[in-house]
Amino acid sequence: MIALVDYGAGNLTSVRKALSALGAEYQTPATPEACAGMTGLIVPGVGHFDATRALDDRWRAALVDAVRAGTPLLGICVGMQWLFEGSAEAPDVPGIGLLPGRCERLHGDGARRLKVPHVGWNSLDAPPAPARTHQGSTSRLMNGLAGGSQVYFTHSFAAPVTEDCVAATTHVDTFAAAVERDLVFGVQFHPEKSSDVGLHMLGNFLAVCAGGR
Amino acid sequence: MLSKRVIACMDVRDGQVVKGVKFQQLQHAGDPAALARRYNVEGIDEVVVLDITATLESRQALARTIHAVAQEIFLPLTVGGGIRSEDDAATAVDAGADKVSLNTAALRTPGLITTLANRYGSQAVIVAIDAKRHGERFAVYVRSGTTAAERDAVEWAREAESRGAGEILLTSMDRDGTRAGFDCELTAAVSEAVNIPVIASGGAGGFEHFAEVFTRGAADAALAASIFHYAESSVSDLKQYLRRQGIPVRL
Repeated sequence: MIALVDYGAGNLTSVRKALSALGAEYQTPATPEACAGMTGLIVPGVGHFDATRALDDRWRAALVDAVRAGTPLLGICVGMQWLFEGSAEAPDVPGIGLLPGRCERLHGDGARRLKVPHVGWNSLDAPPAPARTHQGSTSRLMNGLAGGSQVYFTHSFAAPVTEDCVAATTHVDTFAAAVERDLVFGVQFHPEKSSDVGLHMLGNFLAVCAGGR
Repeated sequence: MLSKRVIACMDVRDGQVVKGVKFQQLQHAGDPAALARRYNVEGIDEVVVLDITATLESRQALARTIHAVAQEIFLPLTVGGGIRSEDDAATAVDAGADKVSLNTAALRTPGLITTLANRYGSQAVIVAIDAKRHGERFAVYVRSGTTAAERDAVEWAREAESRGAGEILLTSMDRDGTRAGFDCELTAAVSEAVNIPVIASGGAGGFEHFAEVFTRGAADAALAASIFHYAESSVSDLKQYLRRQGIPVRL
């Protein structure tokens, strides 16, 4: 059973639909305590980082405990940014801090007509150093996805390329499109709106949930 | 590199896809869910459903249509037409829309753009502008193109951005349904005036029209209806063509 954490940031319809299409069972835990004993945790999100304020200390503790107990966690879009220490979008709202780094606003480039928000389909590329996959480490999340596969983004802030980055995307800046560190996973794009590529990636996460480490 | 998006639009009335010329002469063009299923397979990047009647009865039918379309696609879905309040937007989002498109209501109540941007994020709020050439300028029309809004399209697009719109859906009323090509001057004028993506609409007839509007028109996305509805042109053929022209697309 996958716990889909609903903290009121946008609607979960398309994430639910994607999980159903992949044959996964899910529920939205009403309390942080209900996260215990799940096979996987998903923190979705669209919109503003400030909305993660609703994930208070009780939620944070419950999610950290669940991950420590061996439950994989996937953050999507703002949910991924929240895995880091924080975001310039809402400097007074800390992230859960499972990954080092802070999210910053993307830069546009008027001369090249590259706009912010970054909206649309862009490619998943092999990340540069200091990413571990750059040194030959493999990614479970990106398993079976061809380099250059395109996915759907819609965001103005993004996480930096750190050693946890397993796929990078460039829109003026090169940022982390997907991250992975032990049982903590995150994607800046929307797998639930990224057609076959997105479903494949969600399937990879569900496989990790089903198989443990 | 960010791809240029190819978007399929369905004008829906009473649960059926219809298509007119210059906003008139409506013809039936099929079942929305069946069309969505085909588009999903062919590689369309996004789907827009516009309710073109927006009476109370049709709005209830629209929620069923949105739900049926959303079941067929794992792509961004935009819903517009008759969204006049936060409640209307919530109904569309709850039925499965990722974005809502505001037109007449945004001009009448510009604060609605900000209200919805605060609730769902700017990425979920599109402001649709129907524009017609008036000499060297582009005038905004509302109420399905029947009423002049006494606003300039470029200036209104800027205001919509400042109020929180995440994208502009820009329709040339002069070109709508004519298949004479997108209005590249209109599109470039708006696209260069704002920092949010602009979706060009109205006039798609051949593959070269898409190439033009992505280059000369500076469009971030291009929307078409009839050329996709009747399966005259396959989306994948269009995208192969665009890639050969050096335009970045998702294949």
